[in-house]
Amino acid sequence: MPVTLVLFWTFAAIAVGSALLCITRRSAVASALWLVVTLFQIAALFVLLDAQFLAVLQVLVYAGAIMVLFLFVIMLLNLGRATASDIKGPTGLAIATLLAGVMGLQLFVLARAAPPADLALPAGGLEAAQRAQGMVAMVARPLFDTYLVPFEITSVLLLAAIVGAVVLAKRHL
Amino acid sequence: MTFFLVASIVKILVVFTVIMVGVALLTLAERRICAWIQDRLGPNRVGPEGLLQPAADGLKNLLKEETLPGQADRLLFVLAPALAFVPALLAIAVVPFGAPLPTPWGDVPLVVADLPVGFLYILAIGSLGVYGVVLAGWSSNNKYALLGGLRSSAQMISYEIALGMSTVAVLLLAGNVTLSDVVARQQQSLFTWNVFPLGLAYFIFTVAAFAETNRLPFDLPEAEAELIAGYHTEYSAMKFSMFYIAEYANMVTASALMATLFFGGWDIPFTHWDDAPPWTVAKTLATLGVFALKVCCFLFLYIWVRWTLPRFRYDQLMALGWKVMLPLALVYIALLATAIWVLHDRLGWTYDSRFALALCGLNVLLAIPLFFVLDRGHLIASSVAEGGA
Repeated sequence: MPVTLVLFWTFAAIAVGSALLCITRRSAVASALWLVVTLFQIAALFVLLDAQFLAVLQVLVYAGAIMVLFLFVIMLLNLGRATASDIKGPTGLAIATLLAGVMGLQLFVLARAAPPADLALPAGGLEAAQRAQGMVAMVARPLFDTYLVPFEITSVLLLAAIVGAVVLAKRHL
Repeated sequence: MTFFLVASIVKILVVFTVIMVGVALLTLAERRICAWIQDRLGPNRVGPEGLLQPAADGLKNLLKEETLPGQADRLLFVLAPALAFVPALLAIAVVPFGAPLPTPWGDVPLVVADLPVGFLYILAIGSLGVYGVVLAGWSSNNKYALLGGLRSSAQMISYEIALGMSTVAVLLLAGNVTLSDVVARQQQSLFTWNVFPLGLAYFIFTVAAFAETNRLPFDLPEAEAELIAGYHTEYSAMKFSMFYIAEYANMVTASALMATLFFGGWDIPFTHWDDAPPWTVAKTLATLGVFALKVCCFLFLYIWVRWTLPRFRYDQLMALGWKVMLPLALVYIALLATAIWVLHDRLGWTYDSRFALALCGLNVLLAIPLFFVLDRGHLIASSVAEGGA
């Protein structure tokens, strides 16, 4: 087995394992930390796909900023005392199982099907593009050139969410 | 491939050893410089001039009893010092510290890993350092420790943004994110050292780096006057000293970054002898020496500031981060990008001393009103008024 394949299975196994631990732990802090481990494994998978820029952003944005804020809020609000009422009853369990089944089926079908031709890169195209433009420009150019308008609209969406959060939190500005 | 592996392993071992020894000596340097600033002698009993003091401290910490608070979360309590320590060491991996070393099997670049995403890797790893502090504070199950951990997470997130924004200026000028390219770009002359064209970015970077490394005047997570010792209140022996090693290793990394991003990295000023092949051992040693000297200057700055300035209040720290540093960095990037666009695209200048000096002029113009605003009429204005009267 080639080295990259061994690495892939290692990272993938840890990612799935820590994702399972993330949803089964009672303590919110433990859950958050397992999620950080999962995010790291996904970053490692990005590196295996030759997408170092995405990997670094994954660590920087999710593991380094968002999850730190999550931990901050968890620590401020509940100090590790999980209550039994947090656990959903049989109805919730049934719905979750159903959704997981549907998703598993979709993944199974997707794994069987060949990807559409216009999504596949020509062989060696990624390396050539990286050599020509550099790793960051390859992501930046489509983002700030071709898809500038959708990108800016997304940022308006985020702004709306922030304004909403501030209004909810502070009734008297 | 074999050569690359061997060279990498040797580089990792050497860099790790140098950092650990450097950190040990830095603890001594801090105490001696502090003593000098306060007109005392400082530790000078163990070995010549106290040089063996770090070894004595290390031995003491290894032999001391490890305590574990009864109500602590055991796993995280033990894991937290390691989580603080590892990112501090990882970040240094992408910093180039000298001209390539020629060997019979080919040139060895003096950087542990010259990643194509170079500089972003440092930001990513640096943002992980907060976990150690936060988890230490939470797992101790002590309210002072928890407050320290909470302060730390809020502070790191706030200043990370200003830190990232100030380095965007460097990347705008370098046009690339690998640190070797950033260094190569600064080698043309003394004035192309980024501190000249990007002086304000350097100012923002330094302030943010002090906050990121939890050093005075921003050491709120461990403010001993309010929180006993903050996040490491419950720690003892080697686990306690791991937090210290992490803090000093972070200082070394931040100093190395200041030297690399703003002061030409391993470039020797006033000469082009060190910039180009053929590489020789003499060039490697000379550039290594210059880089070490630059890093030591910034380490001295860290210690100097610590024993000069008083600690900020927590609300002042947050106000400075969000209401001053962040808007300042954003406005600065907008102005700088415009200036670079005008000089490069409109006037067609290539990057050289003239370009750098033009940007330097812009920085001076911006810096004068800025320092009057930051001063809020305390030092500069009152001294001007006295002089006029």
